[in-house]
Amino acid sequence: MGAGHGHRLHFHGHSPVHRAPAHLKVLGLLAFMLVVVATPREAYAVFAVEAAVLLAVVLLSRVPLTYLLPRMVIEVPFAVFALLVPFISHGPRTEVLGVSVSEPGLVAGVALLVKGSIGVLAALTLAATTEPQDLLRGLQRLRVPDLVVQIMGFMIRYLDVVTAELGRMMTALRSRGCDPRSPRHWPVLARSLGALFIRSYERGERVHLAMLSRGYDGALPQAERR
Amino acid sequence: MHVPDGFLDAPTSVATGVVAAAAIAVSLRAARRELDDRAAPMAGLVATFVFAAQMINFPVGAGTSGHLMGGALAAVLVGPWTAVLCLSVVLLVQGLLMADGGITALGTNITLIGIVTVAVGWAVFALLRRVLPQRLSVVAPAAAAGAFLSVPVAALVFTGLFAVGGNAPVDLGAVAVTMLGWHTLIGIGEAVVTGLVVASVVATRPDLVHGARPLTAERELVTREVEVA
Repeated sequence: MGAGHGHRLHFHGHSPVHRAPAHLKVLGLLAFMLVVVATPREAYAVFAVEAAVLLAVVLLSRVPLTYLLPRMVIEVPFAVFALLVPFISHGPRTEVLGVSVSEPGLVAGVALLVKGSIGVLAALTLAATTEPQDLLRGLQRLRVPDLVVQIMGFMIRYLDVVTAELGRMMTALRSRGCDPRSPRHWPVLARSLGALFIRSYERGERVHLAMLSRGYDGALPQAERR
Repeated sequence: MHVPDGFLDAPTSVATGVVAAAAIAVSLRAARRELDDRAAPMAGLVATFVFAAQMINFPVGAGTSGHLMGGALAAVLVGPWTAVLCLSVVLLVQGLLMADGGITALGTNITLIGIVTVAVGWAVFALLRRVLPQRLSVVAPAAAAGAFLSVPVAALVFTGLFAVGGNAPVDLGAVAVTMLGWHTLIGIGEAVVTGLVVASVVATRPDLVHGARPLTAERELVTREVEVA
């Protein structure tokens, strides 16, 4: 279950972007996004170049845009804020399509939306082309502390197990007439979460004992590269 | 909930990144004390639990919903240092594998959600536990109070960051009022859910609740004589 192969956003492939070492991809994403964030608000030509670079990487990865674009809905709450900025900002007003908006607000809102969208698409591209195990090895090479990488590894390993367990609890609650979203049923929901915590904690204890019995001494053996 | 790329300018993002890295380095040393060599698997599973708990939305009003941040909850359940590590790892995984929260905003998100909520939640909880009567029944209300305060304080810190490095010419007072108002509402939800979850764990496995440890250590096994009619 979820050990090593793929995760929810992963798109299987063998493109140069898929095969590039994960630590270079993470560094590249970080450097690219720092440049994007540092780009002045009104430098639209620079934004266009940045978007073109990102699109070139996406094309090179052969992950279809029809796969990536629907997954950009994650930024909707933020996009709503960016669209509100022109209305709630101060400064000289200007008319757009017959509506009075703040001029600096409009510039800022557009820049927020562009930077945010480039960020989400770039992060999606990393997620779609990198397997979790490669990402962990990449972080190790970037000298991320070993304990952090190990905790991440365990989280990725048990993510599907624990969320599936929560899903089964929710199904059981619903089939007994409980609506987990309603505050009226929060006591029941909270007891389920308490039970989930105890189960997760005890699973951690069992995993630890199982690892000790297989010779765990605080460091994980290096996984062989497939 | 998560801050995306481009919301704060580059210097502010880098500065919060440094703060986050320093806090994680300190927590790494201290978490070994809280969990000894079990640290990796235990913190990993607790991080997974926090992630799962964050998936549950509750309605805030006006058709929008908030979700649990879990900082105070994790701090009371597993101790503040482990909690910082767990929440930071959750944010790392969300940023790198789920495109949730920008990579340049990772430091900001870890500082706000991973450090501020845990620190405030734990500080309020520890203070109340010291002041209130030394009984197991105070653990859950104290945790709820910590959770309630942790959310608006995180919102205030965000407003402060926005004042320093915000990328939108929005009136700061308005930002502060909206953020505070909104997050007080979310804080109420956070407090109720945190209090109820802690209460249910205290009721069944008080030995697992890190924040209840000074209270459980003093309990003795008592055999009561019962008269059978």
